[in-house]
Amino acid sequence: MEALTAHLSQLGHGLVTTVELTVVTTVGAMLLGIVVATLRIAPVPLLRAIGTAYVEVFQNLPLLALLVLFVFALPTIGITFPLFTSAAIVIAVYEGAYLAEAIRAGINTVGVGQAEAARAIGLTFGQSLRHVILPQGLRAVIQPIGNICIALLMNTSLAAAVGVVELTQAANNVNLVEAQPIAVFTGAGLAYMLLALIIGQVTGLLERRLAIVR
Amino acid sequence: MNKTQQILFDEPGPRAQRRIRIATVLGAILLVGALVAAVYQFASHGELAAARWEPFTTWPIWRYLLNGLWATLRAAAATAVLSAALGLLLALGRLSTHRPLRWLAGAYVEIFRTVPTLLLIYVTLFALPQYGLNFPLFWKLVVPLVVSNSAAFAEIFRSGILALDRGQTEAGLAIGLRRGQVMALVVLPQALLQLAPSLVSQLVGLLKDTSLGFVVSYTELLYSGQVLASYTHLLIQTFLVVALIYLVVNASLSKFARVLQARNGRFGGRRGRRTAELPPPLLEGNTPR
Repeated sequence: MEALTAHLSQLGHGLVTTVELTVVTTVGAMLLGIVVATLRIAPVPLLRAIGTAYVEVFQNLPLLALLVLFVFALPTIGITFPLFTSAAIVIAVYEGAYLAEAIRAGINTVGVGQAEAARAIGLTFGQSLRHVILPQGLRAVIQPIGNICIALLMNTSLAAAVGVVELTQAANNVNLVEAQPIAVFTGAGLAYMLLALIIGQVTGLLERRLAIVR
Repeated sequence: MNKTQQILFDEPGPRAQRRIRIATVLGAILLVGALVAAVYQFASHGELAAARWEPFTTWPIWRYLLNGLWATLRAAAATAVLSAALGLLLALGRLSTHRPLRWLAGAYVEIFRTVPTLLLIYVTLFALPQYGLNFPLFWKLVVPLVVSNSAAFAEIFRSGILALDRGQTEAGLAIGLRRGQVMALVVLPQALLQLAPSLVSQLVGLLKDTSLGFVVSYTELLYSGQVLASYTHLLIQTFLVVALIYLVVNASLSKFARVLQARNGRFGGRRGRRTAELPPPLLEGNTPR
């Protein structure tokens, strides 16, 4: 226990970094996901192909390989960002592919009649997407999106492997000093479970408030 | 045209066709622009020089990378077999009629679904050795992967078992089978068939997880790339090639999962039990069956 309390600020910093990374990448990935899902259902074949390629590439590459490529290799062609920013960009791009697929599944649940009605009153593709399809589609997949956010939270730990000191790395650092692995790693594990629980509760709440009963 | 597109827009008329052409051109310009920018960025830092790519046409480099891939596949195979077996046991435990068993399996799944795999790897790397549990390198990667993937497999199995019609279990019980027999002879075979695509998709995730070998210095593909890059100083080239190998392997697996998915739909359709999931008759002509 002393191992935990003695390094509370260090672990606290790690926890804050994990939360920041999770929040920033969730927002980024959500925006990317909406854009890519839109590309995948657009009337333009080229745009559909781009959307599909995006999802294929980023769902089939390991996140760690992307992080290593971005953080260690891109500087050789003159592309450098602060470490936290790099990690955030990569995780957002990676999770964006998963969110895009979830959003597309949501769009598939929207009734054909809804889209037909939108077209019948003269809405364009963009308008019907914005006012009719997406609002309903997103509300249908709140639960899957929540699960992806929990996966995202766990994936932020990979930033540790390229040098971001977030919760996992902070726990590791504290353990290397204190040699109290059980206390330190259990503490970190509990923190992750707590964060996942919060995400689960929030999505549950959102689902109860927003889900459309058909 | 697939279902989504049918939902969102009609067969384009002359005006829409013109707009589609404009959007195609704009999209192409953006795409080409991005490619040109990338090539320029590579060229201006001298990374396009033939000498920096040539090594990747030679056998020794490929032999090294393919060795890495082989190690990746070995780790993935071991993880897959062990975590599928453990996952099945956990799923059966969660569905068991014995409360303690249900509770234990449930706790295991809930805990390891929300604890990052990297944290588990750090535990096997830095914590367990202090208690005399020092695995060989291969198992330092595989054990934590099994712990976290078995929780994922358990959830897949459980959802598949729960999704199966109750009548199947009832019929099994009615003809005098015991619960265990019903599970083994009636429920599981059908659930596994339905689950095949999800299980293959999970394999992709698992194969991606083996890249964590990078952290434990197990020479799987990503770590091999790292070693190779520090030896040849061809940083970006090596990691791009490594990424390409991952992409080819995993995209093939994903494709296989989609093929299974399409097949399963047909099996279900023939049995006529999953008709509720089929698209409404209006769209029938557009579905691939």
